[in-house]
Amino acid sequence: MTWINSLRYKLGSLVPHIVLWIWAFIALFPIVLILINSFKDRRAIFRAPYLPPTAETFSLDGYATVFERTNFPLYFANSLIVTLGALFLIVFTGAMAAYALAEYDFKGNTFMGLYLALGIMIPIRLGTVSILRLVVAMKLVDTLVALILVYTAMGLPLTIFILQQFMRQVPKEMKDAARVDGANEYRIFWLVLPTVRPAVATVAVFTMIPIWNDLWFPLILAPGEKTKTVTLGAQVFLGQFVSDWNAVLSSLTLAMVPVLILYIIFSRQLIRGLTAGTVK
Amino acid sequence: MQQASKKGRSRKAFPTHIVVFLLPATVVYTMFMIYPLVDSLRLSLFAPGGGGTEVFVGIQNFVTLLTDELWQPRFWGALKNNFAFFLIHALVQNSIGLLLAALLSLRGLRGGGIYRTLLFLPTMLSVVIIGFIWQLILSPLWGIAEDLMGLVGMAEYFGPWLGKEGSALITLSLISVWQWIGIPMMLFYAALISIPDELIEAAHVDGATNWGIFWRIKFPLILPTVGIVLILTYVGNFNAFDLIYTTQGVLAGPNFSTDIMGTFFYRTFFGQQLQLGNPTMGATIATMMFLIILVGVLIYLFGWQRRVTTYEL
Repeated sequence: MTWINSLRYKLGSLVPHIVLWIWAFIALFPIVLILINSFKDRRAIFRAPYLPPTAETFSLDGYATVFERTNFPLYFANSLIVTLGALFLIVFTGAMAAYALAEYDFKGNTFMGLYLALGIMIPIRLGTVSILRLVVAMKLVDTLVALILVYTAMGLPLTIFILQQFMRQVPKEMKDAARVDGANEYRIFWLVLPTVRPAVATVAVFTMIPIWNDLWFPLILAPGEKTKTVTLGAQVFLGQFVSDWNAVLSSLTLAMVPVLILYIIFSRQLIRGLTAGTVK
Repeated sequence: MQQASKKGRSRKAFPTHIVVFLLPATVVYTMFMIYPLVDSLRLSLFAPGGGGTEVFVGIQNFVTLLTDELWQPRFWGALKNNFAFFLIHALVQNSIGLLLAALLSLRGLRGGGIYRTLLFLPTMLSVVIIGFIWQLILSPLWGIAEDLMGLVGMAEYFGPWLGKEGSALITLSLISVWQWIGIPMMLFYAALISIPDELIEAAHVDGATNWGIFWRIKFPLILPTVGIVLILTYVGNFNAFDLIYTTQGVLAGPNFSTDIMGTFFYRTFFGQQLQLGNPTMGATIATMMFLIILVGVLIYLFGWQRRVTTYEL
Protein backbone atom coordinates (compact mmCIF):
# COMPACT_ATOMS: atom_id res chain seq x y z
CA MET A 1 0.00 0.00 0.00
CA THR A 2 2.79 2.40 0.81
CA TRP A 3 4.20 2.28 -2.71
CA ILE A 4 0.79 3.13 -4.15
CA ASN A 5 0.60 6.12 -1.87
CA SER A 6 4.08 7.24 -2.78
CA LEU A 7 3.28 6.81 -6.48
CA ARG A 8 0.14 8.88 -6.05
CA TYR A 9 2.16 11.50 -4.24
CA LYS A 10 4.75 11.62 -7.02
CA LEU A 11 2.13 11.93 -9.74
CA GLY A 12 0.39 14.61 -7.72
CA SER A 13 3.53 16.65 -7.43
CA LEU A 14 4.02 16.38 -11.21
CA VAL A 15 0.71 18.06 -12.04
CA PRO A 16 1.83 21.60 -11.13
CA HIS A 17 4.89 21.19 -13.35
CA ILE A 18 2.81 19.96 -16.27
CA VAL A 19 0.43 22.93 -16.03
CA LEU A 20 3.30 25.40 -15.63
CA TRP A 21 5.15 23.93 -18.63
CA ILE A 22 2.02 24.10 -20.77
CA TRP A 23 1.59 27.79 -20.01
CA ALA A 24 5.33 28.45 -20.41
CA PHE A 25 5.02 26.88 -23.86
CA ILE A 26 1.98 29.04 -24.72
CA ALA A 27 3.81 32.14 -23.49
CA LEU A 28 7.06 31.49 -25.35
CA PHE A 29 6.00 29.71 -28.53
CA PRO A 30 4.94 32.83 -30.49
CA ILE A 31 8.09 34.72 -29.52
CA VAL A 32 10.48 31.89 -30.33
CA LEU A 33 8.67 31.25 -33.62
CA ILE A 34 9.28 34.86 -34.72
CA LEU A 35 12.94 34.78 -33.60
CA ILE A 36 13.87 31.59 -35.47
CA ASN A 37 11.99 32.46 -38.65
CA SER A 38 13.60 35.88 -38.91
CA PHE A 39 16.86 34.10 -39.80
CA LYS A 40 15.39 31.96 -42.59
CA ASP A 41 14.75 32.50 -46.26
CA ARG A 42 11.23 33.09 -47.46
CA ARG A 43 10.63 29.56 -48.65
CA ALA A 44 11.68 28.02 -45.36
CA ILE A 45 9.47 30.43 -43.42
CA PHE A 46 6.44 28.91 -45.11
CA ARG A 47 7.61 25.34 -45.64
CA ALA A 48 9.14 24.59 -42.27
CA PRO A 49 8.10 27.31 -39.85
CA TYR A 50 8.76 25.21 -36.74
CA LEU A 51 12.37 24.32 -37.51
CA PRO A 52 15.33 26.46 -36.52
CA PRO A 53 17.37 27.86 -39.41
CA THR A 54 19.81 25.40 -40.97
CA ALA A 55 22.87 26.11 -43.10
CA GLU A 56 20.65 25.83 -46.18
CA THR A 57 17.78 27.97 -45.03
CA PHE A 58 19.76 30.61 -43.16
CA SER A 59 19.24 34.09 -44.54
CA LEU A 60 19.64 37.66 -43.38
CA ASP A 61 17.59 39.14 -46.24
CA GLY A 62 15.02 40.54 -43.85
CA TYR A 63 17.61 42.35 -41.77
CA ALA A 64 19.18 43.77 -44.92
CA THR A 65 15.81 45.21 -46.00
CA VAL A 66 15.16 46.69 -42.57
CA PHE A 67 18.50 48.46 -42.43
CA GLU A 68 18.19 49.63 -46.04
CA ARG A 69 14.69 51.04 -45.76
CA THR A 70 14.59 52.44 -42.26
CA ASN A 71 16.66 54.28 -39.72
CA PHE A 72 16.48 51.54 -37.14
CA PRO A 73 19.79 52.56 -35.51
CA LEU A 74 18.42 56.09 -35.17
CA TYR A 75 15.16 54.78 -33.69
CA PHE A 76 17.19 52.82 -31.16
CA ALA A 77 19.19 55.89 -30.25
CA ASN A 78 15.98 57.89 -29.83
CA SER A 79 14.36 55.26 -27.64
CA LEU A 80 17.51 55.03 -25.58
CA ILE A 81 17.75 58.81 -25.09
CA VAL A 82 14.08 59.12 -24.17
CA THR A 83 14.08 56.13 -21.81
CA LEU A 84 17.33 56.97 -20.04
CA GLY A 85 16.57 60.69 -19.91
CA ALA A 86 13.15 60.13 -18.37
CA LEU A 87 14.53 57.45 -16.09
CA PHE A 88 17.22 59.76 -14.76
CA LEU A 89 14.70 62.54 -14.06
CA ILE A 90 12.19 60.16 -12.50
CA VAL A 91 14.68 58.52 -10.16
CA PHE A 92 16.49 61.72 -9.22
CA THR A 93 13.56 64.10 -8.69
CA GLY A 94 11.37 61.26 -7.42
CA ALA A 95 13.92 60.25 -4.78
CA MET A 96 14.22 63.87 -3.64
CA ALA A 97 10.46 64.25 -3.25
CA ALA A 98 10.12 60.85 -1.60
CA TYR A 99 12.86 61.78 0.85
CA ALA A 100 11.13 65.04 1.77
CA LEU A 101 7.84 63.20 2.37
CA ALA A 102 9.42 60.39 4.36
CA GLU A 103 11.87 62.42 6.42
CA TYR A 104 10.28 65.71 7.37
CA ASP A 105 7.13 66.31 9.35
CA PHE A 106 6.07 69.56 7.70
CA LYS A 107 2.70 71.18 7.30
CA GLY A 108 0.94 69.78 4.24
CA ASN A 109 2.99 66.57 4.16
CA THR A 110 -0.13 64.39 3.90
CA PHE A 111 -1.61 66.65 1.25
CA MET A 112 1.54 66.58 -0.88
CA GLY A 113 1.74 62.80 -0.50
CA LEU A 114 -1.83 62.39 -1.73
CA TYR A 115 -1.40 64.98 -4.49
CA LEU A 116 1.68 63.25 -5.86
CA ALA A 117 -0.03 59.84 -5.60
CA LEU A 118 -3.10 60.88 -7.65
CA GLY A 119 -1.38 59.93 -10.87
CA ILE A 120 -1.10 56.27 -9.83
CA MET A 121 -4.78 55.70 -10.55
CA ILE A 122 -5.49 58.25 -13.31
CA PRO A 123 -4.07 57.36 -16.72
CA ILE A 124 -2.01 60.29 -18.04
CA ARG A 125 -3.40 59.59 -21.51
CA LEU A 126 -6.68 61.21 -20.52
CA GLY A 127 -4.91 64.57 -20.55
CA THR A 128 -3.48 64.10 -24.02
CA VAL A 129 -5.48 66.89 -25.71
CA SER A 130 -4.01 69.45 -23.34
CA ILE A 131 -0.57 67.85 -23.29
CA LEU A 132 -0.44 68.24 -27.07
CA ARG A 133 -1.48 71.92 -26.79
CA LEU A 134 1.12 72.51 -24.11
CA VAL A 135 3.83 70.89 -26.19
CA VAL A 136 2.78 72.94 -29.24
CA ALA A 137 2.85 76.14 -27.17
CA MET A 138 6.32 75.29 -25.87
CA LYS A 139 7.45 74.58 -29.47
CA LEU A 140 8.49 71.10 -28.44
CA VAL A 141 6.55 69.11 -31.07
CA ASP A 142 8.75 66.45 -32.66
CA THR A 143 11.41 66.72 -30.00
CA LEU A 144 12.63 64.05 -27.64
CA VAL A 145 12.46 66.58 -24.80
CA ALA A 146 8.65 66.57 -25.00
CA LEU A 147 8.59 62.79 -24.60
CA ILE A 148 11.10 62.87 -21.73
CA LEU A 149 9.03 65.44 -19.81
CA VAL A 150 5.73 63.61 -20.31
CA TYR A 151 7.21 60.25 -19.31
CA THR A 152 8.80 61.84 -16.26
CA ALA A 153 5.39 63.08 -15.14
CA MET A 154 3.95 59.63 -15.90
CA GLY A 155 6.58 57.74 -13.89
CA LEU A 156 6.85 60.02 -10.86
CA PRO A 157 3.72 59.12 -8.84
CA LEU A 158 4.47 55.40 -8.43
CA THR A 159 8.20 56.05 -7.96
CA ILE A 160 7.62 58.56 -5.17
CA PHE A 161 5.07 56.27 -3.55
CA ILE A 162 7.40 53.25 -3.51
CA LEU A 163 10.63 55.06 -2.59
CA GLN A 164 8.85 56.78 0.27
CA GLN A 165 8.09 53.41 1.88
CA PHE A 166 11.70 52.35 1.63
CA MET A 167 13.13 55.64 2.84
CA ARG A 168 11.03 55.40 6.00
CA GLN A 169 12.96 52.25 6.88
CA VAL A 170 16.39 53.89 6.79
CA PRO A 171 17.61 53.90 10.40
CA LYS A 172 17.40 57.24 12.15
CA GLU A 173 20.71 56.71 13.92
CA MET A 174 22.57 57.06 10.64
CA LYS A 175 20.98 60.37 9.75
CA ASP A 176 21.24 61.74 13.28
CA ALA A 177 24.89 60.82 13.52
CA ALA A 178 25.53 62.79 10.33
CA ARG A 179 23.54 65.73 11.68
CA VAL A 180 25.61 65.72 14.84
CA ASP A 181 28.69 65.84 12.64
CA GLY A 182 27.31 69.01 11.12
CA ALA A 183 26.16 67.65 7.73
CA ASN A 184 23.39 69.70 6.10
CA GLU A 185 20.14 68.15 4.86
CA TYR A 186 21.32 67.84 1.25
CA ARG A 187 24.41 65.95 2.34
CA ILE A 188 22.23 63.59 4.40
CA PHE A 189 20.04 62.92 1.35
CA TRP A 190 23.18 61.81 -0.52
CA LEU A 191 24.01 59.51 2.37
CA VAL A 192 20.51 57.99 2.41
CA LEU A 193 20.22 57.50 -1.37
CA PRO A 194 22.74 54.62 -1.66
CA THR A 195 21.01 52.71 1.14
CA VAL A 196 17.79 52.42 -0.90
CA ARG A 197 19.64 51.30 -4.02
CA PRO A 198 17.72 48.01 -4.37
CA ALA A 199 14.41 49.91 -4.35
CA VAL A 200 15.75 52.39 -6.89
CA ALA A 201 16.80 49.54 -9.17
CA THR A 202 13.35 47.97 -8.94
CA VAL A 203 11.64 51.27 -9.66
CA ALA A 204 14.01 51.86 -12.57
CA VAL A 205 13.11 48.59 -14.29
CA PHE A 206 9.41 49.20 -13.63
CA THR A 207 9.31 52.66 -15.13
CA MET A 208 11.62 51.88 -18.02
CA ILE A 209 9.59 49.16 -19.69
CA PRO A 210 6.33 51.10 -20.27
CA ILE A 211 8.35 54.06 -21.57
CA TRP A 212 10.34 51.95 -24.03
CA ASN A 213 7.19 50.14 -25.19
CA ASP A 214 4.86 53.14 -25.48
CA LEU A 215 3.22 53.90 -28.82
CA TRP A 216 0.70 56.59 -27.80
CA PHE A 217 2.91 59.58 -27.02
CA PRO A 218 5.50 59.10 -29.80
CA LEU A 219 2.59 58.80 -32.25
CA ILE A 220 1.01 62.04 -31.05
CA LEU A 221 3.90 64.20 -29.86
CA ALA A 222 6.89 63.12 -31.94
CA PRO A 223 5.87 61.28 -35.12
CA GLY A 224 8.63 62.89 -37.25
CA GLU A 225 11.22 60.66 -38.90
CA LYS A 226 14.07 62.12 -36.83
CA THR A 227 12.39 61.53 -33.47
CA LYS A 228 10.72 58.16 -34.04
CA THR A 229 11.23 55.67 -31.24
CA VAL A 230 11.70 51.95 -31.89
CA THR A 231 8.09 51.15 -31.04
CA LEU A 232 6.69 53.79 -33.39
CA GLY A 233 9.32 53.07 -36.06
CA ALA A 234 8.50 49.37 -35.98
CA GLN A 235 4.77 50.12 -36.10
CA VAL A 236 5.09 52.35 -39.18
CA PHE A 237 7.55 50.04 -40.93
CA LEU A 238 5.48 46.91 -40.23
CA GLY A 239 2.39 48.66 -41.56
CA GLN A 240 4.14 49.40 -44.85
CA PHE A 241 5.88 46.07 -45.35
CA VAL A 242 3.12 43.67 -44.37
CA SER A 243 3.75 41.49 -47.39
CA ASP A 244 7.54 41.24 -46.99
CA TRP A 245 7.65 38.42 -44.44
CA ASN A 246 11.43 38.43 -44.01
CA ALA A 247 11.47 42.14 -43.28
CA VAL A 248 8.50 41.91 -40.91
CA LEU A 249 10.01 39.06 -38.91
CA SER A 250 13.41 40.77 -38.76
CA SER A 251 12.06 44.09 -37.61
CA LEU A 252 9.96 42.36 -34.94
CA THR A 253 13.07 40.57 -33.74
CA LEU A 254 15.13 43.77 -33.75
CA ALA A 255 12.48 45.55 -31.71
CA MET A 256 12.26 42.69 -29.21
CA VAL A 257 15.91 41.85 -28.66
CA PRO A 258 16.97 44.80 -26.48
CA VAL A 259 14.09 44.23 -24.08
CA LEU A 260 14.72 40.48 -24.03
CA ILE A 261 18.40 40.99 -23.19
CA LEU A 262 17.60 43.49 -20.46
CA TYR A 263 14.93 41.18 -19.10
CA ILE A 264 17.27 38.21 -18.95
CA ILE A 265 19.80 40.31 -17.03
CA PHE A 266 17.34 41.94 -14.64
CA SER A 267 14.52 39.42 -14.35
CA ARG A 268 15.47 38.30 -10.84
CA GLN A 269 15.67 41.87 -9.62
CA LEU A 270 12.39 42.75 -11.27
CA ILE A 271 10.45 39.76 -10.01
CA ARG A 272 11.82 40.19 -6.51
CA GLY A 273 10.71 43.81 -6.64
CA LEU A 274 7.26 42.89 -7.94
CA THR A 275 6.70 40.39 -5.19
CA ALA A 276 8.32 42.49 -2.44
CA GLY A 277 6.01 45.40 -3.12
CA THR A 278 3.01 43.81 -1.50
CA VAL A 279 4.82 41.85 1.19
CA LYS A 280 5.18 43.78 4.35
CA MET B 1 19.55 60.10 20.75
CA GLN B 2 15.87 60.51 21.44
CA GLN B 3 16.21 64.28 21.51
CA ALA B 4 18.30 64.46 18.40
CA SER B 5 15.73 62.51 16.42
CA LYS B 6 12.95 64.77 17.65
CA LYS B 7 14.92 67.76 16.44
CA GLY B 8 15.16 66.22 12.97
CA ARG B 9 11.40 65.99 12.59
CA SER B 10 10.48 69.22 14.34
CA ARG B 11 7.84 71.49 12.80
CA LYS B 12 9.40 74.68 11.52
CA ALA B 13 8.08 77.36 9.20
CA PHE B 14 8.87 75.71 5.88
CA PRO B 15 12.62 75.19 5.70
CA THR B 16 14.05 75.81 2.26
CA HIS B 17 15.54 72.34 1.86
CA ILE B 18 12.06 70.76 1.90
CA VAL B 19 11.02 73.09 -0.91
CA VAL B 20 14.16 72.24 -2.86
CA PHE B 21 13.52 68.51 -2.46
CA LEU B 22 9.87 68.71 -3.50
CA LEU B 23 10.01 71.35 -6.20
CA PRO B 24 11.45 69.62 -9.30
CA ALA B 25 9.14 66.59 -9.14
CA THR B 26 6.10 68.70 -8.26
CA VAL B 27 6.69 71.13 -11.13
CA VAL B 28 7.09 68.47 -13.86
CA TYR B 29 4.21 66.41 -12.47
CA THR B 30 1.88 69.40 -12.15
CA MET B 31 2.74 70.75 -15.59
CA PHE B 32 2.51 67.54 -17.59
CA MET B 33 0.00 65.50 -15.65
CA ILE B 34 -2.29 67.46 -13.34
CA TYR B 35 -2.62 70.62 -15.43
CA PRO B 36 -3.43 68.69 -18.65
CA LEU B 37 -6.00 66.58 -16.83
CA VAL B 38 -7.73 69.61 -15.29
CA ASP B 39 -7.47 71.51 -18.57
CA SER B 40 -9.07 68.58 -20.42
CA LEU B 41 -11.98 68.64 -18.00
CA ARG B 42 -12.33 72.38 -18.67
CA LEU B 43 -12.09 71.97 -22.45
CA SER B 44 -14.96 69.51 -22.40
CA LEU B 45 -17.23 72.48 -21.66
CA PHE B 46 -16.05 74.47 -24.68
CA ALA B 47 -16.56 74.29 -28.44
CA PRO B 48 -14.60 75.84 -31.29
CA GLY B 49 -15.88 79.34 -32.09
CA GLY B 50 -14.86 81.45 -35.07
CA GLY B 51 -11.22 82.31 -35.78
CA GLY B 52 -9.49 79.80 -33.55
CA THR B 53 -11.32 80.88 -30.41
CA GLU B 54 -13.22 78.61 -28.07
CA VAL B 55 -16.57 79.44 -26.56
CA PHE B 56 -18.20 78.11 -23.42
CA VAL B 57 -21.08 75.78 -24.23
CA GLY B 58 -21.83 74.17 -20.89
CA ILE B 59 -22.69 70.50 -21.12
CA GLN B 60 -23.61 70.71 -24.80
CA ASN B 61 -20.70 68.44 -25.81
CA PHE B 62 -21.92 65.72 -23.46
CA VAL B 63 -25.46 66.03 -24.80
CA THR B 64 -24.09 65.70 -28.34
CA LEU B 65 -21.96 62.70 -27.40
CA LEU B 66 -24.86 60.87 -25.77
CA THR B 67 -27.72 61.78 -28.09
CA ASP B 68 -26.48 62.94 -31.50
CA GLU B 69 -27.12 60.30 -34.14
CA LEU B 70 -23.57 60.50 -35.47
CA TRP B 71 -21.81 60.45 -32.08
CA GLN B 72 -24.08 58.34 -29.94
CA PRO B 73 -23.65 54.95 -31.67
CA ARG B 74 -19.86 55.35 -31.67
CA PHE B 75 -19.77 56.26 -27.99
CA TRP B 76 -22.04 53.47 -26.78
CA GLY B 77 -20.36 51.01 -29.13
CA ALA B 78 -16.89 51.87 -27.81
CA LEU B 79 -18.09 51.75 -24.21
CA LYS B 80 -19.79 48.40 -24.70
CA ASN B 81 -16.70 46.95 -26.38
CA ASN B 82 -14.50 48.33 -23.62
CA PHE B 83 -16.62 46.59 -21.00
CA ALA B 84 -16.52 43.33 -22.96
CA PHE B 85 -12.74 43.77 -23.18
CA PHE B 86 -12.64 44.30 -19.41
CA LEU B 87 -14.89 41.35 -18.58
CA ILE B 88 -12.78 38.95 -20.63
CA HIS B 89 -9.67 40.21 -18.85
CA ALA B 90 -11.29 40.05 -15.43
CA LEU B 91 -12.47 36.48 -15.95
CA VAL B 92 -9.86 34.78 -18.12
CA GLN B 93 -6.69 36.71 -17.29
CA ASN B 94 -7.25 36.80 -13.56
CA SER B 95 -8.35 33.16 -13.22
CA ILE B 96 -5.38 31.83 -15.18
CA GLY B 97 -3.13 34.26 -13.27
CA LEU B 98 -4.52 32.95 -9.98
CA LEU B 99 -4.07 29.32 -11.06
CA LEU B 100 -0.44 29.90 -12.07
CA ALA B 101 0.27 31.84 -8.88
CA ALA B 102 -1.30 29.10 -6.76
CA LEU B 103 0.95 26.51 -8.43
CA LEU B 104 4.05 28.70 -8.18
CA SER B 105 3.49 29.28 -4.48
CA LEU B 106 3.21 25.57 -3.61
CA ARG B 107 5.81 24.77 -1.01
CA GLY B 108 8.78 22.79 -2.25
CA LEU B 109 8.14 23.51 -5.95
CA ARG B 110 11.38 23.08 -7.87
CA GLY B 111 12.45 25.58 -10.51
CA GLY B 112 10.03 28.29 -9.37
CA GLY B 113 12.42 31.05 -10.38
CA ILE B 114 12.72 29.75 -13.94
CA TYR B 115 8.94 29.42 -14.32
CA ARG B 116 8.40 32.95 -13.05
CA THR B 117 10.95 34.35 -15.49
CA LEU B 118 9.48 32.48 -18.46
CA LEU B 119 5.84 33.14 -17.65
CA PHE B 120 6.37 36.85 -17.13
CA LEU B 121 8.30 37.38 -20.37
CA PRO B 122 5.43 38.37 -22.73
CA THR B 123 4.38 41.08 -20.29
CA MET B 124 7.69 42.88 -20.90
CA LEU B 125 7.27 43.24 -24.65
CA SER B 126 5.69 46.12 -26.49
CA VAL B 127 1.99 45.74 -27.30
CA VAL B 128 2.82 46.74 -30.88
CA ILE B 129 5.19 43.80 -31.25
CA ILE B 130 2.72 41.41 -29.61
CA GLY B 131 -0.04 42.61 -31.91
CA PHE B 132 2.01 41.94 -35.04
CA ILE B 133 3.27 38.59 -33.77
CA TRP B 134 -0.27 37.34 -33.25
CA GLN B 135 -1.40 38.82 -36.54
CA LEU B 136 1.25 36.65 -38.23
CA ILE B 137 0.39 33.57 -36.20
CA LEU B 138 -3.33 33.92 -36.89
CA SER B 139 -2.75 34.68 -40.55
CA PRO B 140 -4.30 32.03 -42.81
CA LEU B 141 -1.36 32.64 -45.17
CA TRP B 142 1.20 31.30 -42.73
CA GLY B 143 -1.22 28.81 -41.24
CA ILE B 144 0.43 28.42 -37.85
CA ALA B 145 -2.78 28.68 -35.82
CA GLU B 146 -4.51 26.28 -38.19
CA ASP B 147 -1.65 23.77 -37.81
CA LEU B 148 -1.77 23.97 -34.05
CA MET B 149 -5.51 23.49 -33.97
CA GLY B 150 -5.04 20.54 -36.29
CA LEU B 151 -2.89 18.91 -33.61
CA VAL B 152 -5.94 18.68 -31.38
CA GLY B 153 -8.27 17.86 -34.26
CA MET B 154 -9.93 21.23 -34.47
CA ALA B 155 -8.48 22.58 -37.72
CA GLU B 156 -11.93 22.99 -39.26
CA TYR B 157 -12.89 25.55 -36.62
CA PHE B 158 -10.09 27.86 -37.68
CA GLY B 159 -11.08 31.13 -39.31
CA PRO B 160 -9.69 34.59 -40.02
CA TRP B 161 -10.81 35.68 -36.58
CA LEU B 162 -9.26 39.16 -36.63
CA GLY B 163 -11.13 39.99 -39.81
CA LYS B 164 -14.60 38.96 -38.70
CA GLU B 165 -16.97 41.27 -36.91
CA GLY B 166 -18.19 38.59 -34.55
CA SER B 167 -14.82 37.35 -33.36
CA ALA B 168 -12.31 40.21 -33.72
CA LEU B 169 -12.89 41.75 -30.30
CA ILE B 170 -12.76 38.44 -28.46
CA THR B 171 -9.59 37.46 -30.30
CA LEU B 172 -7.92 40.76 -29.44
CA SER B 173 -9.00 40.46 -25.81
CA LEU B 174 -7.46 37.01 -25.60
CA ILE B 175 -4.21 38.25 -27.18
CA SER B 176 -4.13 40.98 -24.55
CA VAL B 177 -4.90 38.43 -21.82
CA TRP B 178 -2.02 36.30 -23.08
CA GLN B 179 0.34 39.26 -22.78
CA TRP B 180 -0.74 40.71 -19.43
CA ILE B 181 -1.31 37.52 -17.45
CA GLY B 182 2.04 38.10 -15.72
CA ILE B 183 0.73 41.03 -13.69
CA PRO B 184 -2.10 39.26 -11.79
CA MET B 185 0.11 36.19 -11.54
CA MET B 186 2.83 38.13 -9.74
CA LEU B 187 0.44 40.06 -7.48
CA PHE B 188 -1.37 36.88 -6.46
CA TYR B 189 1.93 35.09 -6.02
CA ALA B 190 3.25 37.82 -3.72
CA ALA B 191 0.09 37.65 -1.61
CA LEU B 192 0.16 33.86 -1.45
CA ILE B 193 3.77 33.56 -0.31
CA SER B 194 3.15 36.06 2.47
CA ILE B 195 0.72 33.65 4.16
CA PRO B 196 2.50 32.22 7.24
CA ASP B 197 3.67 28.63 6.91
CA GLU B 198 2.26 27.65 10.31
CA LEU B 199 -1.28 28.17 9.04
CA ILE B 200 -0.79 25.80 6.10
CA GLU B 201 1.17 23.40 8.28
CA ALA B 202 -1.68 23.19 10.78
CA ALA B 203 -4.19 22.48 8.01
CA HIS B 204 -1.95 19.74 6.60
CA VAL B 205 -1.74 18.13 10.01
CA ASP B 206 -5.53 18.20 10.18
CA GLY B 207 -5.54 16.22 6.95
CA ALA B 208 -6.62 18.95 4.52
CA THR B 209 -5.73 18.53 0.83
CA ASN B 210 -3.89 21.21 -1.18
CA TRP B 211 -7.16 21.94 -2.99
CA GLY B 212 -9.06 22.36 0.26
CA ILE B 213 -6.30 24.48 1.77
CA PHE B 214 -6.34 26.78 -1.24
CA TRP B 215 -10.07 27.50 -1.19
CA ARG B 216 -10.66 27.43 2.56
CA ILE B 217 -7.53 29.19 3.81
CA LYS B 218 -5.45 30.85 1.12
CA PHE B 219 -8.16 32.33 -1.10
CA PRO B 220 -10.05 34.14 1.69
CA LEU B 221 -6.74 35.57 2.89
CA ILE B 222 -5.85 37.03 -0.51
CA LEU B 223 -9.30 38.53 -1.23
CA PRO B 224 -7.91 42.08 -0.81
CA THR B 225 -5.43 41.31 -3.61
CA VAL B 226 -8.28 40.08 -5.81
CA GLY B 227 -9.82 43.53 -5.40
CA ILE B 228 -6.58 45.30 -6.26
CA VAL B 229 -6.12 43.13 -9.34
CA LEU B 230 -9.69 43.82 -10.49
CA ILE B 231 -9.38 47.59 -10.13
CA LEU B 232 -5.98 47.60 -11.86
CA THR B 233 -7.49 45.57 -14.71
CA TYR B 234 -10.41 48.00 -14.93
CA VAL B 235 -8.28 51.15 -15.09
CA GLY B 236 -5.76 49.46 -17.39
CA ASN B 237 -8.43 48.60 -19.93
CA PHE B 238 -9.28 52.24 -20.48
CA ASN B 239 -5.62 52.75 -21.36
CA ALA B 240 -5.79 50.10 -24.06
CA PHE B 241 -5.21 51.51 -27.52
CA ASP B 242 -1.92 50.24 -28.94
CA LEU B 243 -3.14 46.72 -29.68
CA ILE B 244 -6.29 47.77 -31.56
CA TYR B 245 -4.50 50.57 -33.42
CA THR B 246 -1.71 48.21 -34.48
CA THR B 247 -3.77 45.28 -35.65
CA GLN B 248 -7.05 46.87 -36.79
CA GLY B 249 -6.02 50.41 -37.66
CA VAL B 250 -7.42 53.72 -36.52
CA LEU B 251 -10.98 52.83 -37.56
CA ALA B 252 -10.95 49.78 -35.27
CA GLY B 253 -12.44 47.53 -37.94
CA PRO B 254 -14.16 45.50 -39.14
CA ASN B 255 -17.03 47.98 -38.99
CA PHE B 256 -15.98 49.46 -35.60
CA SER B 257 -16.44 46.07 -33.94
CA THR B 258 -13.15 46.47 -32.03
CA ASP B 259 -13.55 50.18 -31.26
CA ILE B 260 -12.84 50.90 -27.61
CA MET B 261 -12.68 54.18 -25.69
CA GLY B 262 -8.94 54.59 -26.39
CA THR B 263 -9.29 54.37 -30.19
CA PHE B 264 -12.48 56.46 -30.17
CA PHE B 265 -10.71 59.16 -28.13
CA TYR B 266 -7.67 59.14 -30.44
CA ARG B 267 -9.76 59.32 -33.63
CA THR B 268 -11.86 62.14 -32.29
CA PHE B 269 -9.19 64.52 -31.05
CA PHE B 270 -6.43 63.70 -33.51
CA GLY B 271 -8.50 63.16 -36.62
CA GLN B 272 -8.11 60.41 -39.20
CA GLN B 273 -7.51 60.39 -42.90
CA LEU B 274 -9.71 63.21 -44.25
CA GLN B 275 -11.47 64.13 -41.06
CA LEU B 276 -9.93 66.86 -38.94
CA GLY B 277 -9.44 66.39 -35.23
CA ASN B 278 -11.85 67.91 -32.76
CA PRO B 279 -9.98 68.71 -29.52
CA THR B 280 -12.98 69.78 -27.47
CA MET B 281 -14.98 66.68 -28.33
CA GLY B 282 -11.82 64.69 -27.60
CA ALA B 283 -11.63 66.33 -24.19
CA THR B 284 -15.29 65.45 -23.68
CA ILE B 285 -14.58 61.78 -24.34
CA ALA B 286 -11.56 61.93 -22.01
CA THR B 287 -13.79 63.43 -19.32
CA MET B 288 -16.32 60.63 -19.79
CA MET B 289 -13.50 58.10 -19.45
CA PHE B 290 -12.34 59.89 -16.32
CA LEU B 291 -15.84 59.68 -14.83
CA ILE B 292 -16.21 56.00 -15.75
CA ILE B 293 -12.85 55.22 -14.11
CA LEU B 294 -13.88 57.26 -11.07
CA VAL B 295 -17.11 55.28 -10.68
CA GLY B 296 -15.13 52.04 -10.83
CA VAL B 297 -12.60 53.23 -8.26
CA LEU B 298 -15.39 54.40 -5.93
CA ILE B 299 -17.21 51.08 -6.23
CA TYR B 300 -13.94 49.37 -5.37
CA LEU B 301 -13.20 51.64 -2.39
CA PHE B 302 -16.66 51.56 -0.84
CA GLY B 303 -18.21 48.38 -2.21
CA TRP B 304 -15.28 45.99 -2.03
CA GLN B 305 -12.51 47.20 0.21
CA ARG B 306 -14.82 48.01 3.11
CA ARG B 307 -16.60 44.69 3.01
CA VAL B 308 -13.60 42.46 2.57
CA THR B 309 -11.86 41.67 5.81
CA THR B 310 -8.13 42.22 5.68
CA TYR B 311 -6.30 39.85 7.98
CA GLU B 312 -3.11 41.13 9.55
CA LEU B 313 -0.62 38.33 8.97
